[in-house]
Amino acid sequence: MAPAGMGDPGPSGRFGRFGGRFVPESLVPACIELEAAFRVAWSDWRFRQRYAELLRTYAGRPTPVTECHRLSEALGVRVLLKREDLTHTGSHKINNVLGQGLLTLEMGKTRVVAETGAGQHGVATATAAALFGLECVVYMGEVDTERQALNVFRMQLLGAEVRPVASGSRTLKDAVNEALRDWVATVENTHYCLGSVMGPHPYPWMVREFQRVVGDEARSQCRELLGGDDPAVVVACVGGGSNAAGTFAGFVDTPARLVGVEAAGGSAIGRGIPGVLHGMHSYLLQDEWGQILEAQSISAGLDYPGIGPEHAHLSDLGRATYYTATDGEVLDALQLLSRTEGIIPALEPAHALAWLVNAARSGDVAAGTTVLLTLSGRGDKDAEQVMRLLG
Amino acid sequence: MSGIIERGVAVEPALRAGRDAGRKLLVTYVTGGLGSGWVDALRAMVEGGADLVEVGIPFSDPVMDGPTIQEASVRALAGGANPVGILDALRRVEVPVPLVAMTYYNLVFRAGHSRFARMLVDSGVRGAIVPDLPLDESGEWETDAAEAGVETVLLAAPVTPDDRLAELCRRSHGFIYGVNLMGVTGERASLAQSAAVLAKRLKAATDKPVIMGFGVSTPDQAVAAAAEADGVVVASALMRLLLDGGGPNAVGDAVASLRAALDGG
Repeated sequence: MAPAGMGDPGPSGRFGRFGGRFVPESLVPACIELEAAFRVAWSDWRFRQRYAELLRTYAGRPTPVTECHRLSEALGVRVLLKREDLTHTGSHKINNVLGQGLLTLEMGKTRVVAETGAGQHGVATATAAALFGLECVVYMGEVDTERQALNVFRMQLLGAEVRPVASGSRTLKDAVNEALRDWVATVENTHYCLGSVMGPHPYPWMVREFQRVVGDEARSQCRELLGGDDPAVVVACVGGGSNAAGTFAGFVDTPARLVGVEAAGGSAIGRGIPGVLHGMHSYLLQDEWGQILEAQSISAGLDYPGIGPEHAHLSDLGRATYYTATDGEVLDALQLLSRTEGIIPALEPAHALAWLVNAARSGDVAAGTTVLLTLSGRGDKDAEQVMRLLG
Repeated sequence: MSGIIERGVAVEPALRAGRDAGRKLLVTYVTGGLGSGWVDALRAMVEGGADLVEVGIPFSDPVMDGPTIQEASVRALAGGANPVGILDALRRVEVPVPLVAMTYYNLVFRAGHSRFARMLVDSGVRGAIVPDLPLDESGEWETDAAEAGVETVLLAAPVTPDDRLAELCRRSHGFIYGVNLMGVTGERASLAQSAAVLAKRLKAATDKPVIMGFGVSTPDQAVAAAAEADGVVVASALMRLLLDGGGPNAVGDAVASLRAALDGG
């Protein structure tokens, strides 16, 4: 069992009562193989070196921490942004896919499948597949292929095949279902490159480890900036929760208050009930019978009815607290950051920003407090949608 | 076991009896709550010669199912199907063969293990197949189910290594469900090569009934799939008939031709 320190969840993949490996028998050997491969790779300095080298020379790491002077003045709190929007492909998703891409090569597999909501993980996976010479199929809900048509084209340009998913709610949850169905049939040569800290063990742990570079970098950058101190508040948006998990991993052993922000229409911690979906035991939006409900959000990347099991555990422990932001608050926050700092955020991290705006105004975050916010992605992909919504 | 079980037919004794009589076992599937005719379809399957009927309790996210059973699940759910309604309907069905529930774990977890198992038994359903609950996660459910009198059927896959296969055969009750192929449920043009290999491995590992399923739709495929095993599951092909407007009679006829083929007729 993983302690609050966000460590190794062990062979059962449990974070407290959450997590586990609830997959059909056909996928159990693949999950065991993946766990073994990751354990070997992650403790092998050569693998770590190759990974670090790719993050540096290909993804553009380390990303800076930007002090937001005008936004800080507007809010009355000191805001620092961890700039994942400045990575290659424009979001933190690249950190995970480079790790999983290397692991795919280690396992001798030649094909990857992925699910995507907003398209960021799909684009990142297509990018890594091109880089490593892997065949790539990305499943994307039909609703999302319409919302994010440009990202569909990007993936195709990168040589990936995008398969629209017409089943269920036709969003991220259904894309995961289809990716799993593909994987069951192709597991011999295919790796499922899951995009968040969700799914069956070892994914929640492995993806958090591939994302912890966000938190580790931010921690030392903050210390440099703050004369050895840590920020008092660390905040990130949460869909499945990968950028938040990576960020929290760097600060979980500091006194920092850890805050995750979900979409109000997809709040698994706020309105969810424990259950099992997509291989994991976690909080899920579901009805009285256990049928999964559809999340509703302006942001395709947060349109997911569950949350990573480690977040469920951190919430139960009280180590991290989870809030929500509404679509309207998110649009306001997006414009505020654009106008005060010249940074257009993606809709997903604009949720974290929306919470901060409210918390600063209400005094929940006291005046003068130092806050680190992970800006998980840039807003280019959302510009067209935001233009329509504000128009 | 607690209490006296009066309803339903126990799975393993019935299947062993059928096997001992020299018959290849035929297992069919119906999605519970699909239209108004699903109970009649179930009866027609039994009349057509099914040795056991799996009743699907539909779930919103059936990751092990292909397009046909997905469609059946969506339709049933859109029509208001839920576990209690399906099991209530089964309570009024008296059939001489075992009934086994096929569902996904979240519905079991949401109801609570013991409550779900008692609901099954109260409706005469004496077995359960939960495909997203593998060996490593199913221990507590198996215990709670057994206490209520529900036999938990475990699935074996072509990629299951020998040590897991042995454990799985030891813990599975009712029968062992051999998954013919790497993939989801649904009709296929031909039977997968992996089917016979797994069937032979399972037969060598256990004396419990071994039934092979996934990708079996025609009588010829059924005969081939049952050759190395004790029987076969046919699901999607029968649901396709129902979805395309075929009534219980069409389903009964299809089951009868599967039965005839398996009996060598």
